[in-house]
Amino acid sequence: MNAMLWQLVQIVLVVALAPLVTGYVRWAKARLNGRRGPAPIQPYRDLYRLLQKEAIVAHSASWIFRAAPYVTFASVWLAACIVPTFTTNMVLAPAADLIALVALLAVGRFWTALAGMDVGTSFGGLGASREMLIASLAEPAMLMVTFSLSLLSGTTAPAQIVAFILAGNVGVEVSLGLALAALVMVALAENGRIPIDNPATHLELTMVHEAMVLEYSGRHLAMIEAAAMIRLTLYIALIATLFAPWGIAQPGAGAAGVVIGMVAFLLKTFSLATTLALFETSIAKMRVFRYADFLGGALLLGLLATIFLYVSEAV
Amino acid sequence: MLIASALLSLPLLALFAVLAGRREVTHSIVYAGCFVASVALFGGGLTYLGGHSASPSWILPLGLPWLKAHFSIDNLSALFLLMINLGAAAASVFAIGYSQHLPQRRRVTPFFPLFLLAMNLVLMADDAFVFLVSWEFMSLSSWLMVVSDHTDEENRKAGNVYLIMAAFGTFCLLPAFGLMAGPGGDFTFAAMRIKDLGLMGGFMVALLTILGAGSKAGLVPLHAWLPLAHPAAPSHVSALMSGVMTKVALYGMIRVLLDLHGQLSWHWGAGLMMVGGITAVMGVLYAVLQDDLKKLLAYSTVENIGIAVIGLGLAIAFKGDGQVELAALALVASLYHMVNHSVFKTLLFLGAGAVISATGHRSLTVLGGLLKRMPWTGTAFLVGAAAISALPPLNGFVSEWLILQSLFKGPGMPHWAMKFGVPVVAAFLALAAALAATCFVRAYGITFLGRPRSADAAEAEDVSFGMRWSMAGLAVLCVVLGVIPVTVTDALSHVVRPLTGVGFAVSADLGWPWLSPVSATRGAYSGTILMMFGLSLFAIAIFVVHRLGTQALRRADPWDCGHPEDIPQTQYTSQSFAQPLRRAFGHTIFQAREKVVMPEPGDMAPATHKVSMIDPVWSGLYLPLVRGIDWIADHVNRLQYLTVRGYLLMMFLTLVFMLLVVAVRQQL
Repeated sequence: MNAMLWQLVQIVLVVALAPLVTGYVRWAKARLNGRRGPAPIQPYRDLYRLLQKEAIVAHSASWIFRAAPYVTFASVWLAACIVPTFTTNMVLAPAADLIALVALLAVGRFWTALAGMDVGTSFGGLGASREMLIASLAEPAMLMVTFSLSLLSGTTAPAQIVAFILAGNVGVEVSLGLALAALVMVALAENGRIPIDNPATHLELTMVHEAMVLEYSGRHLAMIEAAAMIRLTLYIALIATLFAPWGIAQPGAGAAGVVIGMVAFLLKTFSLATTLALFETSIAKMRVFRYADFLGGALLLGLLATIFLYVSEAV
Repeated sequence: MLIASALLSLPLLALFAVLAGRREVTHSIVYAGCFVASVALFGGGLTYLGGHSASPSWILPLGLPWLKAHFSIDNLSALFLLMINLGAAAASVFAIGYSQHLPQRRRVTPFFPLFLLAMNLVLMADDAFVFLVSWEFMSLSSWLMVVSDHTDEENRKAGNVYLIMAAFGTFCLLPAFGLMAGPGGDFTFAAMRIKDLGLMGGFMVALLTILGAGSKAGLVPLHAWLPLAHPAAPSHVSALMSGVMTKVALYGMIRVLLDLHGQLSWHWGAGLMMVGGITAVMGVLYAVLQDDLKKLLAYSTVENIGIAVIGLGLAIAFKGDGQVELAALALVASLYHMVNHSVFKTLLFLGAGAVISATGHRSLTVLGGLLKRMPWTGTAFLVGAAAISALPPLNGFVSEWLILQSLFKGPGMPHWAMKFGVPVVAAFLALAAALAATCFVRAYGITFLGRPRSADAAEAEDVSFGMRWSMAGLAVLCVVLGVIPVTVTDALSHVVRPLTGVGFAVSADLGWPWLSPVSATRGAYSGTILMMFGLSLFAIAIFVVHRLGTQALRRADPWDCGHPEDIPQTQYTSQSFAQPLRRAFGHTIFQAREKVVMPEPGDMAPATHKVSMIDPVWSGLYLPLVRGIDWIADHVNRLQYLTVRGYLLMMFLTLVFMLLVVAVRQQL
């Protein structure tokens, strides 16, 4: 029964919190740039405003263009419901493991890329092509991170990995460091953050994600933006959960444990968001054709993480 | 009885097609007959799958007088009968409408039932003689359909390469079975199962089988014929060749390596897994750069065969190591992927056929915007594209999930080659899966979305009733096989039990909809739950958005940053979509180079942009081989012009050599 309750809390939490996390990152970046910046709650207002506007759809668009925002939103939301944030005691936890999580995110990407190509403009195709290039390296890198975590803990289910680490079975491992680095690189790429993409610009020659969704307006755009916000929160939660699971309530923990879990989750989320803002203000964007090197590096780090497990075993 | 009459009806249909091929209606009757026969054979397969009683067998006095033809259907045959005849049924229904558009249909229709017959006989064969004859028959009947449109230079070349590679495959399989039968010459599979092959014999049998069946399945570097031959045939035949015939090849591999051979060491599994990984990545890299829709699909077949072979290799390695539970898991994963691939690749090739019959083109450069003109084909193709891109909750994801799960268990083996090899193969598999999604976003986006790039595409009409329904049926299967994974693995468990010694069961803690291969805490997946839950979130999202906001919608011209272009050529093309990938992956592997020639200022000549690529397999393996054979032929040619003295000398030297061989052998 509790598992059902916490699952519902999680479903609402990720949607409710996501705009705040994004707004907070924007606000922190503005502060670091010496600007005052909009309040962290600005994304809520933006989303509400977009919902009130009529949606404009190009004549050449098919049903895919209209369905894609909802499919993307639902798939990212579903993925976010599965990552343990404040507790691992959730009904849906066994329905999907980390591999399925990667695939669920791929569903959203697949549809967004198709929607980008649907109208038949040059920008849409450009964005879709680049997004798929990034994904074709980021996705395997993430699976390799999953592989090394699964070798270490004997499971691919995030809840079980958390239980394994919290039981004190893991010391400081080189592999974990490499896997963390790979996951951070993947997270930056998948969320379109600097140095891969710049979330603050439109009409840059280098844009990726924004080019795909250029034709969207009104509620469709709201769905796409909300999906992007949830995805950012999801990755932050994933990094926090897998590599710093301390505080998460395990099955059997009472209400007090869950409250502690919630507080720990919020603390972790906002400190990681601050780190992201710091990182983004201190680094420059990369050329498009350097992506392959960056993400190929992430893939190799993931592979090294698995192989180092044996090297450290043998030494 | 049902099976026998279905099999007998196929050659009769072929005969009928030859005799009455002039009449339009004959072709429809033949394909309808093929559909009925396939459904009957499918039903036959279904009754034998999971049967715990001894498999039925028949001995018929066919073939050479002292050899009888043995037939039998065990669980493995039954599973592949289901795969083959499901694809065959869909392709037959599709062909009723599709063959109307084929100019050379009288050269195709008679061979179609024969092709089905041959594939079914390979699966039912219970001795080497029937197996090899049917195998060769399968190659030849499909070859006839590949060269049916022989006026095209490309098709003739494809037929040529196909014939050579098919001969190579049989050339390898023949001695493999010969070695298993031994000098005593008992060619039945039952005798082969109990024969001890010895070290050298076992080695040769495994190697020759992997080469022979692997060349038919399309393992890199023996895949070269596949992307030439599969697209050259009419689309309903391509669907069968790619979706189904490659499975017959894998059946041959499983039958020999896991059933007849019986004592394979883990090294073979490790090697096969590596080959599978390389095949998967190379196949999808070729696919993602193709411009021809059918070639793209054929290369994607190479990729998927690679994925299935990863699972198969892993199963052999686990079995060789004595870890039978994990071997069962890997084999179930591999078989699941074969089932899935036979469904969605047939669907995609039929979709390509529908596009060709509606527009007359198969080059991505002139297609576009077809989803609005052909909603049925477009939607069915979308399901197939999503399934092959391994997106949940469709079937492609389940099998890749299972293969990844079994790979994640691979490093537990006590061999360093596996500890280091398995992560590399896992990385290959992950890369292949991600690139497949890219490949099919490109293929679907360029073909079905955007604006039409030619008048033919702009005026396309959706295909006829039967063609639509055959695609829709396969699309529904893609969903069904994805959301009831445990039902499928339970059925596959019957197949793997005799091969690995144990069955495959999901852990009992979670129950039916949860696919949890090793234990409940090891990681689980439930397509059923995920789909139901995803659909509810989808509905909630739509409901809330329409409740909170406005429902107004306006159709307008595309915005495109304020400067939209009317000309469809300004859209992204297949070439421009592939360009970043070509730069990232093609530079070293395919030696992809781009050359831009800009005319001098004031010069009115157009600027040109040329891309050059080299196929490493052709330039590195096949062309040197051809040159070597030519060189040898040139030099052996001299032997034709010797004097009588010369010939006598040669005979004498040969005799001396042979006597030496005999002498040395007696010494040993």
